[in-house]
Amino acid sequence: MTIKETADKISSGKISASENLKKYLSGIDESQAQLNSFISLSKERAIKKAEEVDKISADLPLKGIPFAVKDNMMLEGTQTTCGSKILKGYTSPYTATAVEKLERAGAIIIGKTNMDEFAMGSSGETSAYGPTKNPVDITRIPGGSSSGSAASVKAGQVLGSLGSDTGGSIRQPAAMCGVVGLKPTYGLVSRYGLVAFASSLDQIGPFAATVEDAAIILNVISGYDPKDSTSLDIAKKDYTKDINKGVEGMVFGVPEEYMGEGLSDSIRERVTETVKELEKNGAKIKRVSLPHTKYAVATYYIVAPAEASANLARYDGVKYGYRSDNADELIEEYIKSRQEGFGPEVKRRIRIGTYALSAGYYEAYYVKAQKVRTLIKQDYEKAFKEVDLIISPTSPTTAFKLGEKFNDPLQMYLSDIYTISCNLAGVPGLSLPAGTDSAGLPVGIQLTGDYLSEEKILRGARAIEGLYNKS
Amino acid sequence: MNKEKFETVIGLEVHIHLKTASKLFCRCENIFGGKPNSRICPICTGQPGVLPVINKEAVKLAIKASLALGCRIKKKSVFARKQYFYPDLPKNYQISQYKLPLAEGGHVYVDGEKINLTRAHMEEDAGKLKHTAAGSLVDYNRTGTPLLEIVSEPEIKSPDQAARYLKILRSIFRYCEVSDCDMEKGSMRCDANISLRKKGEKELGIKSEIKNMNSFRGVRNALSYEVKRQTAELEKGGVIVQETRLWDEKKEVTKSMRSKEEAHDYRYFPEPDLPPLEVEETFIQSIKETLPELPRVKVKRYMKRYNLSEYDCGVLTAEKELADFFEKAVDGLTKTDEATVKTLTNWITVELSGKLNVAELEITRSRISSKMIAELVSLIEDGTISGKMAKKIFEIMWDKQESPSDIVEKEGMKQITSDDKIEGICKKTIENHSKIFKKYLSGKEGVIGALVGSIMKETGGQANPQLVNSKLRELLAEKK
Ligand SMILES: [Zn+2]
Repeated sequence: MTIKETADKISSGKISASENLKKYLSGIDESQAQLNSFISLSKERAIKKAEEVDKISADLPLKGIPFAVKDNMMLEGTQTTCGSKILKGYTSPYTATAVEKLERAGAIIIGKTNMDEFAMGSSGETSAYGPTKNPVDITRIPGGSSSGSAASVKAGQVLGSLGSDTGGSIRQPAAMCGVVGLKPTYGLVSRYGLVAFASSLDQIGPFAATVEDAAIILNVISGYDPKDSTSLDIAKKDYTKDINKGVEGMVFGVPEEYMGEGLSDSIRERVTETVKELEKNGAKIKRVSLPHTKYAVATYYIVAPAEASANLARYDGVKYGYRSDNADELIEEYIKSRQEGFGPEVKRRIRIGTYALSAGYYEAYYVKAQKVRTLIKQDYEKAFKEVDLIISPTSPTTAFKLGEKFNDPLQMYLSDIYTISCNLAGVPGLSLPAGTDSAGLPVGIQLTGDYLSEEKILRGARAIEGLYNKS
Repeated sequence: MNKEKFETVIGLEVHIHLKTASKLFCRCENIFGGKPNSRICPICTGQPGVLPVINKEAVKLAIKASLALGCRIKKKSVFARKQYFYPDLPKNYQISQYKLPLAEGGHVYVDGEKINLTRAHMEEDAGKLKHTAAGSLVDYNRTGTPLLEIVSEPEIKSPDQAARYLKILRSIFRYCEVSDCDMEKGSMRCDANISLRKKGEKELGIKSEIKNMNSFRGVRNALSYEVKRQTAELEKGGVIVQETRLWDEKKEVTKSMRSKEEAHDYRYFPEPDLPPLEVEETFIQSIKETLPELPRVKVKRYMKRYNLSEYDCGVLTAEKELADFFEKAVDGLTKTDEATVKTLTNWITVELSGKLNVAELEITRSRISSKMIAELVSLIEDGTISGKMAKKIFEIMWDKQESPSDIVEKEGMKQITSDDKIEGICKKTIENHSKIFKKYLSGKEGVIGALVGSIMKETGGQANPQLVNSKLRELLAEKK
């Protein structure tokens, strides 16, 4: 079942949104305990919304579509925890722009999905609400940080979901679970109501089973929002329009830096195979170089924690969220509330960020990282003068075992080595399933494009999807 | 005592609230006070996921204020996050401008001396804490109020000059209608950096930063205290410690709050949620066109046009409302020659200002309108009433809010100027005061004053004293 098919059925009256929802809710009842893909479900609210949608006679792009959103997006009246103990029980006082757009398009939001705490993690294991399991193999991680959003779509708990991507948090779990995940151009989707991790890198994007479904969701959530000053004021596009035009005449770049050491052989094979198939279908293939890729992880781990250290300063026990009972005076209350409320990975990044912004270190770390960021941008600008899209693996490995890398942050950080540069440059990237490895685990391929080239990316992705569905 | 040895160097950081309809980054109403936490929203209380959106009106007012100070407006300025933990700061960082401020340069003249400005930048205000027996409470109504911070060069030479500098800033900002600059309500606040150095030395001494001065008097007293404290320290051979000190208004002392070592590391970095603030030249120009005539220009114009003293012009222009009152009154005069305007000036700056002071009223709430005072002055100048009568009429005007011509009419207070009437009165008086008349005849011409006095008394001050004087002389000369 796809979004497109289901929305058509509901619009034509073959099934009501309410009936359809019932099926999905009972599915979740069966699978939630095993997958832990949701932090909270709002079934009653969903049932009411479905009834409302059933009263609307007009066609809507997401009419009655069961949907999930990552638990770092506000939906008024529901809990938003960001996967953290510090926000346990926090009720959203307003609704995020992207989520509001979903509901206006007829989507039925069933619940808020599990995630790495404050989106810091690549495995889902830093969630204070327990790890999400990969539906393909429940002994493995689903990727992160948008773990539950990827897993819920893969498991068929919902037909679409929203995630957020700061360094690969949509694309990497999409690759691990074998679904489509898109990180749009920075500014294409409003961040208003997305709990900030690293403001200059965060971007909301869709998960779906198919490329076309991802395009349908992007149609709904994209667009200028006066509430977000970094939102791009550009004309709306229909991302489904050119999706089936094929790759004939398109130029794909293969970056040498993404195919070297550290990449698992079976993933390299899938990428090479895919490139060959694209060539057979009329695409041109070029080697490109993104020479500053090697600095991307280091740069990211300055910029993102620096911004995070400020963004997360507001969780102090004063206004809302967790407040320690073990403190007698103000400073102690700050320290204890944060010490007890945040998990170890979040605290690690706050420390890194605080350090990077401190007097005496600012120039050497933060300012330098911004300079490298510019160089990474320039790499892309140069590459996109020669090619339409860059094709690469999404992640160096397929889904690893739960606990395997949990105590080795550096290994964990390298999971995002191919996805981080996109965020630093602000360009869009998409991951889609491209077969499996020898163990039968999904392999993800990443397409990266120039600013606002989502149409091209979706068109390329749709073509690759076609290749794998044929075989 | 030590005046020969040391000189004082003061730099001021002044914060003013900009008078916008809404707050700087959200749409909450921007007004003073109100029930605690009644003007708040997810944005100004730092809820998760919110984003700031700059209020264009605040940018306009900030540019207007900066232009009035002669600052250069930067085409591109950048907001940054200034980080520190405090319960009145919901995000635990303040959005402010740091490396690239909105405006640079500029100057203010204080008693003819030019004080250069370093910069002016925009930022958001914090909330207010209230400490009670049951614990501390926080009110976020003020959180997010737009502020403009004006930083002066260390060129202010005395506590007195510092207070006058502040008053001049207040006057300019009120002229521009960008801020109320009410220190009591906190819409104008001031921190000072103060140091001493040996006379003639170029290098600045070690400074202390003084906070918590909540009135003009507080600024003057706190800085005077600091001059004394630092002088005493230096004279006994000690050193000044670089630190932040708080002014204790009740005890009239400054107290150490934190040393340089304990100073905050604010970990500034560019605010990623706001793109650089870019303003176009045409936008700046359009704001420039809305600038009113500023006090310094007004002073020059008044001096040239009416030949008034610089002092008078300074008093008339210190507040825009008073200058407006004066100009309206001038418009209401029947003649605007220098003498008449001078008379008007005296009536406004002495009599009316005195009344307002006693009644604790602003000029805008004056019980005597500009039109009424102009009428009064016109009546004096055309000889209808004497200065003495004018004072009586003025009292009635203030009490009953009637026009001077009505009062003159009602009370029959017209000055007696008719030759016949004056002659009649004089003749009668001479007859009634035979003793005085005899003295006059014996050569004591000075007694004529007694006769004038008696006439003025009899006519209730209505007789024109000059006319009475000359008529008496004329009659007496005849009788000699
Ligand atoms: Zn607000």
